[in-house]
Amino acid sequence: MFDSLTGALQKIFKDLRGYGKLSERNVKDAMREVRLALLEADVHYEVVREFTARVREQCMGDEVLDSVTPGQQVIKRIHDEIVRLLGHERQDFDLSGKPASVMLLGLHGAGKTTTAGKLALRWKGEGKKVVLVACDIRRPAAVEQLQILGKQVGVDVITPEKGESVPALGRRARKRVEAEGADIALYDTGGRFQIDEELVRELKDLKEAVDPKNVALVVDAAIGQESVHVAETFHEAVGLTGLILTKLDGDARGGAALSIQHVTGCPILLVGVGERAEDLEPFYPERMASRILGMGDVVSLVEKAQSVVDQDDMVRMEERLRRNTFNFEDFLGQLKQMEKMGPLENLLDMLPGGMDVPEEARRRMGSDSSKEWGRAKAIIQSMTVTERRNPALIKGRRRERIARGSGTDKRAVNDLLKRFEQMKRMTKQMKKMEKRLRAGRK
Amino acid sequence: MVTWIDALSKTRNKLSGALAKVFRKSDGLDDDTLEELEDTLLGADVSMSLVMEWTEALQKGYRGLQVSHREIVHDLLVGALGEPVAFEWPEEPRPYTVLIVGVNGTGKTTTAAKLAHHARKARLKPLLAATDTFRAAGADQLRVWAERVNCDVVAGQQGADAAAVAYDAVDAAMARNSDAVIIDTAGRMHTKQPLMNELGKVRRAIKSRLEREPDETWIVLDAGMGQNAIIQARQFHEMAPVTGVVVTKLDGSSKAGFVFSVVKELGVPVRFAGLGEGLDDLAVFDPSAFVDALLGSKQEETVQSGKGR
Ligand SMILES: Nc1nc2c(ncn2[C@@H]2O[C@H](COP(=O)(O)OP(=O)(O)OP(=O)(O)O)[C@@H](O)[C@H]2O)c(=O)[nH]1
Ligand SMILES: Nc1nc2c(ncn2[C@@H]2O[C@H](COP(=O)(O)OP(=O)(O)OP(=O)(O)O)[C@@H](O)[C@H]2O)c(=O)[nH]1
Ligand SMILES: [Mg+2]
Ligand SMILES: [Mg+2]
Repeated sequence: MFDSLTGALQKIFKDLRGYGKLSERNVKDAMREVRLALLEADVHYEVVREFTARVREQCMGDEVLDSVTPGQQVIKRIHDEIVRLLGHERQDFDLSGKPASVMLLGLHGAGKTTTAGKLALRWKGEGKKVVLVACDIRRPAAVEQLQILGKQVGVDVITPEKGESVPALGRRARKRVEAEGADIALYDTGGRFQIDEELVRELKDLKEAVDPKNVALVVDAAIGQESVHVAETFHEAVGLTGLILTKLDGDARGGAALSIQHVTGCPILLVGVGERAEDLEPFYPERMASRILGMGDVVSLVEKAQSVVDQDDMVRMEERLRRNTFNFEDFLGQLKQMEKMGPLENLLDMLPGGMDVPEEARRRMGSDSSKEWGRAKAIIQSMTVTERRNPALIKGRRRERIARGSGTDKRAVNDLLKRFEQMKRMTKQMKKMEKRLRAGRK
Repeated sequence: MVTWIDALSKTRNKLSGALAKVFRKSDGLDDDTLEELEDTLLGADVSMSLVMEWTEALQKGYRGLQVSHREIVHDLLVGALGEPVAFEWPEEPRPYTVLIVGVNGTGKTTTAAKLAHHARKARLKPLLAATDTFRAAGADQLRVWAERVNCDVVAGQQGADAAAVAYDAVDAAMARNSDAVIIDTAGRMHTKQPLMNELGKVRRAIKSRLEREPDETWIVLDAGMGQNAIIQARQFHEMAPVTGVVVTKLDGSSKAGFVFSVVKELGVPVRFAGLGEGLDDLAVFDPSAFVDALLGSKQEETVQSGKGR
């Protein structure tokens, strides 16, 4: 349905290049696309309305009017505006005081208990003594769940006694944590609706009992339009200090981030990106903005590449490239690096417009690319070490032997050799470009 | 079993908005009405493409006519949900096998327990299978429920192979002459191929013991979700052909408007609605009540008249 905002806007502004001026009509059309993108991302419709109105104003301004690439200009405007709304400055929990305390709350199944485990691990890793308090006295096995997580990350868990109310548990836990000299008390509460007055009262009472400096709302990134009402109501009732967005490892666009920030003004502190205790990350407004707009997460892709690629190998390879001694041994190394980054289809999710690639094409791409990598590996492995180091040696008879050895044919070997030469050229060009860019920035 | 009206009465005050007022006006389907309708639908998480389709259809068909708009809109939306289908546990085949799937935290385990309870009330002998061997206390949670439902349970150890547990559960159900097996699975992101493959494995394990595909595969969707629910349904359907939808947490203030797209795209009915955290909080999905809650006007009257009964 929605092919990526970039594409849509480029189409709108396609005929505009020569003139470089945005007409009111262009901007209006563009804003319609932006509206679609934001709604598709679950940004609240009223927030969308305000947002597009404001950006429309800005777009009618001079800068854009004189621009030669209006499509990109408009996208940049929108992107920047979202980033601005999401908050530029990184904010963190207030862990002053001893013990510092943190209360987690939210709708059913949002990820509160899992996040409690993640936070405990993170703070324990910073050398703090953390105690978890299991305040979900209703859901079956909720206490056991936190106990298991506590054990996994190696922190104590205070559990409710039979018949104990949540505020009473809070009071008891607070005393114990103070007496034990722990640094942080982390209260995990049961899931509830913002409209459930009785259960919201329980939260208020718990808050009163433990007086936490941090009250964080845990929100599933896939939440829909109600996010505004949910956040607003919880905020009014208990006073939120921050948000944690979970399940960003899925492909929900997470427009709620924008809506919630809009109504509560609370910063997004951290994001959950998986089920394991380590899967907690800082919040990056830039990435979130791209994600909401369906523009892919280019930054993440780059970072992922960095995290799996062996930096030493890279340095070595760059060195060889510079000296023009890049050979098939290096190429093999690079293929292995690429394999480490996972199937191509996963990377697709992070690329602009990647989310819209049809499943079929995506799967084909995944299996084709891994098949191809496998073949390239087999071919290289059928070369002698001398051949790998001196690709120029690989001619007629040698090519035939390699084809036989790798169970491919001569064409496949020729292809690979051709691609190898291309790659060498390309990498060299990229180096040059990078140097030029660096020089330009200075 | 709870009724929709009981469960939704909590939220009824929040429901009647501007649209209700507009519906009460009698001067034709004008631009204001359509705009309010559009906002109501968007705010209920109906997909933009359906909103456009419907408002265009209304504009073409009824603009300016002196008609009861509420009825027209109501019928249009109810029609988009297909025929209501009450679920009854079939006599055949036995054990009737239901596989419960979905992303993390939507309410699969709770729904599995509710379904076992539903079967018990139909005087059947159900067996619950806990194949979530990944999440902390995932299996314990279902064990506790099985105790409350008072039914058999087969649960895997933490870290055990989910497919093996599913196989054992079906095997046990056949040995014990259970009437139904309800297989709860771990929550998984539809974007994670290894986890989706595991689901395929679970299905194959069931099939190898049962000698047929699971009789039902129901996807559990959280009413609070937005447009991503449509993608989830699509992706799960590809890995494990879905035969029905369960929408949970409809006792909250979310309207789950994404189900229109899910029903349209998958061509399967919504079977049940989750209306609370208790065993009895499961109702057969009622398209008309669902749409009433979404449009949020007639609702109020129904609640009041319903109270007298
Ligand atoms: N993929 C993914 N799953 C997550 C993430 N955070 C939590 N989950 C999963 O979401 C499900 C619900 O998580 P819980 O921590 O039990 O949620 P909760 O808010 O404590 O739930 P209740 O206490 O029942 O309201 C579990 O399957 C978790 O593993 C995340 O960032 N990514
Ligand atoms: N109010 C309400 N809460 C529900 C409903 N269904 C489930 N829940 C709650 O939602 C939370 C998550 O439910 P679970 O059954 O654990 O969800 P799940 O899909 O099994 O979660 P994972 O296995 O972790 O993926 C729990 O707090 C349940 O009590 C419902 O219909 N209404
Ligand atoms: Mg919990
Ligand atoms: Mg579960």
